[in-house]
Amino acid sequence: MRKVPYRQQITKSIGFSFLVSLFFTVSVFAQEETAEAAEPEATEAVEAEAGSGDPAKGKSLFQQNCAACHALNRKMTGPALANVESRLEEEEGLDKEWLYAWIKNSPGMIKAGDPYAVKIYNEYNQAAMTAFPTLSNTDIDDILAYTAAPPETPKETTGVVVGPPGTAPTGGISNNIILGALALVFALLVFMLYSVNKTLRRVMAANGVELEEDAKKRIPLWKAFAQNQFLVLVSVIFLLLGSAYFAYGWMMQVGVDQGYAPIQPIHYSHKIHAGANKIECKYCHSSARVSKHSGIPSLNVCMNCHKSIYEYKGGPEGPSQEDLANGYTNEFYTNEIKKLYKAVGWDEENQKYTGESQPVEWVRIHNLPDFAYFNHSQHVSVAGIECQTCHGPVEEMEIMYQYSSLTMGWCINCHRETNVKVEGNEYYAKIHAELSKKYGVETLTAAQMGGLECGKCHY
Amino acid sequence: MASNKVYWKNEAELNPNDSIVEALKQNEFVEDIPVDEFLGDKEGLSSSNTNRRDFLKYVGFSTAAATLAACEGPVVKSIPYVVQPDRIVPGVANYYATTIANGFDFASILIKTREGRPIKVENNTDAKIGGNANARVQASVLGLYDSTRLQGPIANGEPVEWDVLDASVKAKLGSLQGGGKQVALLTQTYASPSTKRLVAEFKQKYGNVNHVTYDAIAEDAALTAFEARYGERALADYDFEKADIIVSFGADFLSDWQGGGYDGGYSRGRVPTNGKMSRHVQFEANMSLTGANADKRVPLAPSMQMVALAKLYAKLNGTSVGGELSADVEKTIDAVVAQIRKNKTGAVVVSGIDDVNAQAVVLAINEMLGSKAFDAMAPRYVRQGNAKAVNDLIADMKAGKVGALIMDGVNPMYTLPNAADFAEGIKNVDLSVLYATNYNETSEVAQYTAAANHYLESWGDTEIKKGHFSLMQPTIRELFDTRQFQSSLLGWMGSDKTYYDYIKETWNTFVLQGGDWNKALHDGVFAVTSGTASVNDMIVMADPAAIVDEVDTEQNDEEAGEETSTAEVISVDSAVRSLANTNPSNMELTLYSKVGMGDGRQASNPWLQEFPDPITRVSWDNYITVSKADAEAMGFENVNVANGGLDGSYANVTVNGVTVSNVPVIIQPGQAKGSVGLSLGYGKKAGMKAEMQTGVNAYPLYQDFKSIQSVTLEKVSGMHEFACIQLHKTLMGRGDIIKETTLEIFNTKDHAEWNHVPQVSLNHQEVPATSVDLWDSFDRSIGHHFNMSIDLNACTGCGACVIACHAENNVPVVGKAEVRKSRDMHWLRIDRYYSSEDSFEEDNIKKDEFDGLSGEKGSLGGFGELEDPSANPQVAFQPVMCQHCNHAPCETVCPVAATSHSRQGQNHMAYNRCVGTRYCANNCPYKVRRFNWFLYNNNDEFDYYMNNDLGKMVVNPDVNVRSRGVIEKCSMCIQKTQKTILDAKREGRPVKDGEFQTACSSACGNGAIVFGDVNDKESKVSELAQSDRMYHLLEHVGTKPNVFYHVKVRNTNEA
Repeated sequence: MRKVPYRQQITKSIGFSFLVSLFFTVSVFAQEETAEAAEPEATEAVEAEAGSGDPAKGKSLFQQNCAACHALNRKMTGPALANVESRLEEEEGLDKEWLYAWIKNSPGMIKAGDPYAVKIYNEYNQAAMTAFPTLSNTDIDDILAYTAAPPETPKETTGVVVGPPGTAPTGGISNNIILGALALVFALLVFMLYSVNKTLRRVMAANGVELEEDAKKRIPLWKAFAQNQFLVLVSVIFLLLGSAYFAYGWMMQVGVDQGYAPIQPIHYSHKIHAGANKIECKYCHSSARVSKHSGIPSLNVCMNCHKSIYEYKGGPEGPSQEDLANGYTNEFYTNEIKKLYKAVGWDEENQKYTGESQPVEWVRIHNLPDFAYFNHSQHVSVAGIECQTCHGPVEEMEIMYQYSSLTMGWCINCHRETNVKVEGNEYYAKIHAELSKKYGVETLTAAQMGGLECGKCHY
Repeated sequence: MASNKVYWKNEAELNPNDSIVEALKQNEFVEDIPVDEFLGDKEGLSSSNTNRRDFLKYVGFSTAAATLAACEGPVVKSIPYVVQPDRIVPGVANYYATTIANGFDFASILIKTREGRPIKVENNTDAKIGGNANARVQASVLGLYDSTRLQGPIANGEPVEWDVLDASVKAKLGSLQGGGKQVALLTQTYASPSTKRLVAEFKQKYGNVNHVTYDAIAEDAALTAFEARYGERALADYDFEKADIIVSFGADFLSDWQGGGYDGGYSRGRVPTNGKMSRHVQFEANMSLTGANADKRVPLAPSMQMVALAKLYAKLNGTSVGGELSADVEKTIDAVVAQIRKNKTGAVVVSGIDDVNAQAVVLAINEMLGSKAFDAMAPRYVRQGNAKAVNDLIADMKAGKVGALIMDGVNPMYTLPNAADFAEGIKNVDLSVLYATNYNETSEVAQYTAAANHYLESWGDTEIKKGHFSLMQPTIRELFDTRQFQSSLLGWMGSDKTYYDYIKETWNTFVLQGGDWNKALHDGVFAVTSGTASVNDMIVMADPAAIVDEVDTEQNDEEAGEETSTAEVISVDSAVRSLANTNPSNMELTLYSKVGMGDGRQASNPWLQEFPDPITRVSWDNYITVSKADAEAMGFENVNVANGGLDGSYANVTVNGVTVSNVPVIIQPGQAKGSVGLSLGYGKKAGMKAEMQTGVNAYPLYQDFKSIQSVTLEKVSGMHEFACIQLHKTLMGRGDIIKETTLEIFNTKDHAEWNHVPQVSLNHQEVPATSVDLWDSFDRSIGHHFNMSIDLNACTGCGACVIACHAENNVPVVGKAEVRKSRDMHWLRIDRYYSSEDSFEEDNIKKDEFDGLSGEKGSLGGFGELEDPSANPQVAFQPVMCQHCNHAPCETVCPVAATSHSRQGQNHMAYNRCVGTRYCANNCPYKVRRFNWFLYNNNDEFDYYMNNDLGKMVVNPDVNVRSRGVIEKCSMCIQKTQKTILDAKREGRPVKDGEFQTACSSACGNGAIVFGDVNDKESKVSELAQSDRMYHLLEHVGTKPNVFYHVKVRNTNEA
């Protein structure tokens, strides 16, 4: 089947390159989000000096062990931990020893009936805190030091990298100048020709030379053309063939939704999740391993992470100009997370599910017709094909779109070219030996294995 | 020899002058299509409003509109779960073990669910008892999605809240406590330990409770006889696999006799292994499924069956009794007796005669023989109805002695012969509540109709046979505002337990004996292997109040056993005497239940309505079956009309002054002279869609719960149009597709003789047809090569596979009118062939010795009495689906290559490629291709399950729903074979034998259909392919099918 280039893509890439050029003409002012957050606590840092902990070390420990359930200034699964040590001492009269005991064996304390332990246990939906017997007292000191005064985070290296790295500085400008200059040169040339002509005619008139007009009128070109039947015939044939070609091309793209990128109810960015944060595709689309459907993740899967990731902080350099132009600010993304919370019925204040949920109605992008059977697990688990082979560079897609044409010709081409992954799969042992003997080849394509038979996909 | 036999499908085929039948054998249409008549009518054409220009305009416009519409793709929404349940992976099926126990069908089954929707019933192979789902059980999943289901409780026709219903019931029960009036529970048979315990507790709480069990089609006589002999109201169990000689007197044990479920064992005993198979002699009036499978079938009116049974007992006992039987029957009984004497323990006698004496005699015979197949120690509990108690209850109701009547799983207004009495009685009852899934006849008279759960939404347990327990678990949450009866009982008793907790408690206390509940729930079945104490007894014992009611007849086992058995001998003798003295009446009616409809509780199930009866091949109807001789005498006739449909006369049927009028008549070959048959379960009206209101209600004739009645028939005018498919799908005169032989020939002669490979002439040499090939063969030795084996000996024709195929492959229901036009869509049909038992040998002798005019050899004497082939034909069943020919005639004629062959042996059909020329169907020698004449889904003209959102939930998402204008056919369940292959690939292992299954092969609990990979030399199917009995259909055509059959062997050994 013929592949029809997708026109919109061309305009898009032109638009994109224009944006890129814009990006480099304007200087970038990125705000440091994290620095801002850290500022108010900086004043308290002096107080915490008394504790012997190392806040830098404490930070990494905190992020390893605590961050899934605790934040500094915000209730999550567990209470906010900023200044927890001093707070406990002031409000509850509990010393550090209590904290050591609690962190190392909180279930034990609840069982033992420690009043504050029981109180906090009940306050947080009886979700017992994991015991950390491996943390030493120094480790805990470090963590507490961090909670008392988180060190200023200089430039974070991990984070979202937005926009392509600078490769073509000032390219746009020089092109424009050249184009402008060329236009100017051409204009000059035209002007010069015109003036030369005018001057010559003036000279001619002055010298009395008669310009010899063609006496017999020549037949206009179109008439000559119309009289030549052969030419007419040939051009009609060409015209018909040409229009048939384009009509065929147009018709073949009916129902082919390559590039289809609908607006989704929640702006979910694969670029952030799969690209910047490198989340495995099958973490969310887990049923692709075992089922014919890749599955759109249910909202509880989102909440595995988004229970603690409640706002979008972006990369250290902040949103790019391009993002800003599209309105993809940090607030925008945070807002999208709030939409998720609304759908799943998550009460951020109380860190509780309200039970009022509203399933998200995603717009389906890849629509295979009902009469074609496709099984993800066959391709993902058995053949070990990368998701990107069919779905394209998903990790770069801010808005998900249909990358491949999903036509039958596209399927068949791949089946003809792709070798079946038989190594280490007992199922193929016998058939591979027999078939490779029959065809006299070492590797077998899916087609040779029977992957082109109608009934394999149509039943 | 087998090939001498003449096979016929319809009585009309025996008439050489029937031009229609002759034409149907050869042509698709009896008459030429009247093209000239239509196009030649100039006036009609020109006077039409639509002229050619208009027509072209419409065509142009609609094409343009369709093109424009196609340019814009629809926006498809994809909505994931908010919280995805652990076990559910979209696209992957889950299976749950559960049990159906609706009072008529009892079976342990697996339910396949997709995304939480139950879509298919499978057999539970872990179950030793009741693991085979019959056609009705296979179809029961559709009942869950019945759009006519009750969606909430109603009071006097108005929707009401459960609270209101509960409050009024509680108030009533409270006021009746200790009062004079009784609380009556009128229920189906549950055979459920937990429900038994629950009812006992209910009795204890409210005192004056009367629990009456009522079976619409009763086994009262058998229960009473068993109770008298063994002290427990239950049914003896039979294992036909262990029987060498089976003698049946009117027992249709391959369908619903005594709860059914006997066909698996029977079939295993029927496959000749080591030269042996069981011998089955059937004495019966109607041509039943069981009689059709018998080696020797004796058509005998019910009264004569009783005499014959008495004679058999007497002869086995060495005594003699009176009673007159024809010489032939007498001879048959003598032969049977002689055979039984040789192998006493290998014989078993069963009877379906609704008579306590007959049932008592049968028990006595089996005990006397010490039959291996007979088991009275661990009886079955699947029928417990008590006819006397029901009648007493109705009398009590009329007398105003009943304060509250609570019904579950019964529809007495429809099924009671004396429904009028019931209607009168219920008026005197202060409170009446009916638990039902659908609005029915009883809802019309009951005050409250409580919307009950479907069994797939319910918890429950059953004890099908003593010691064999099974659990029922919900496979989906209640679709509507419904509740199961047991939950209500618990609620009314003020218990805060759920019924689930209650069952678990019962099982942990009484059943499991330390076994694991979760494992039992996972397996669905639990067998008590040790310990003899009956769980039923324990439950009753545990509850002192109930003992008085239930166990008054029971004393301690040994002494009581002795006593009753001494009393028995006398009673058996008198029973035999009274049997022998049975007086025949002029015309005897045997009421029966059809394989597809049972007692009628699934009448609103379109799969079952469209299911053709195995014997008559009629769908969407019940009818009275009459023998040819009686039909001629009374003037009934059956005619085939030009479109291939069957028409029949009407009769008024009267029993004891009760008349059921306009019953269509079918002339049934093999029907005993002087007897007629009529099936129960049809003619339901209340709460049903108009299309589903089929047939006539025969329950008014079921007087005193006796299936045998003396009857008078009267012909009335008019002809009934049947939807009978027996003449459809012509094989173009290629009739020789059944092969059969006798056990004797099978054991003694070479297979070339009884399984003859057809010869064709090649270069003037006769060579086997299988050796000649028009095509080059492909290499099929690599990879999988699927074959299917169908053993005609093991196939009983039960039709479970037909419904399983229907459910698995989204086969549409087309309705009665379309079926009549031979447009039924079943991918798998079970052909039923008649043939003559004695292969006309005696007639040939008579013909040879033809001499003179009168006398034994004269043309007016004996010659005039040549055997009538339709008097008692032999029957053969043959399931036919696409044969997946390696040299398929359909593939070569398809102009668009929509059907093609795979190297795995399956013949593929790409629906979206098909343009509907139907060349393939015409060229198919087996006539297995089906054409979609209409769009059968989302079409108000076909308002069956595919026309509403609820019904469509049963659709299998792995199989296309076909549109109008394409051919479809059996795919050999390619979606299942592909899934099996994929599972193996994913797990990195070869496919094991037995993993490959089709819907029909896994539904066949009889082992008749075996599916597998013949390239796997270890597989069962490749072993079967090597069998001497193996043959292909129409081998001489040279299609080389991938489906093969096994020659039917009949055990005709008389001695």
